[in-house]
Amino acid sequence: MMDVLYFAWVRERIGLPKEKIETQAATVAALIDELRAREERYAMAFSDLSALRVAVDQELTDFDAPLAGVREVAFFPPMTGG
Amino acid sequence: MAEDAGLRVVVQEEPFDFGAEAERFAAERSDMGAVVTFTGVVRDVTGGLEGMEIEHYPGMTEKALAKIAAEAQARWSLGEVLVIHRYGKMTAGERIMMVATAAPHRKNAFEAAEFLMDYLKSRAPFWKKERAEGGQSWVAAKDEDEAALDRW
Repeated sequence: MMDVLYFAWVRERIGLPKEKIETQAATVAALIDELRAREERYAMAFSDLSALRVAVDQELTDFDAPLAGVREVAFFPPMTGG
Repeated sequence: MAEDAGLRVVVQEEPFDFGAEAERFAAERSDMGAVVTFTGVVRDVTGGLEGMEIEHYPGMTEKALAKIAAEAQARWSLGEVLVIHRYGKMTAGERIMMVATAAPHRKNAFEAAEFLMDYLKSRAPFWKKERAEGGQSWVAAKDEDEAALDRW
């Protein structure tokens, strides 16, 4: 069981900030494939990966990052701090 | 709030007192000859901005900021580093964030402050949403902000 978090327009498009997901996905990319297959709103949110960033256990990483032992995955657009 | 040796990171919703923070920061050490401060302000470019809302990722935000500040301390000879960043609702003219760096000489203090700002813009999990008469929109990240990291 893993917490999946969404921020900014990803959160708005999917319609929730956080959910618990039971998954066997080995990588972030495989998790995205599972999410896309769920419902249209997920497919929409994940339609263009170049517009998305991912953090695994609160560290920025790539879409091919492994998920073994991971507690938290977050998806969001490029950051706009400062 | 995270405090390490010479490093203070604050993430908060409420406004901060830039003058008081700068004063306190500058008074901390007598062996630092240079203090650089930067503050970012909500900007109303078109004259129609009603407000801004900043979303962040609690937990990761503090970690990411502390990591960026620690990286600055590792690269330059620095005394203290201070980063304050707000989230939530604000209006034009309000201060969003500040950084302050102290170093024996000004070059290190200036460079480290620029490094902090460059990284903070695209590596700390904040997202700005602007509210204007026509509606609301997420501020898009700029290619030049990503490109700015290349020089470090």
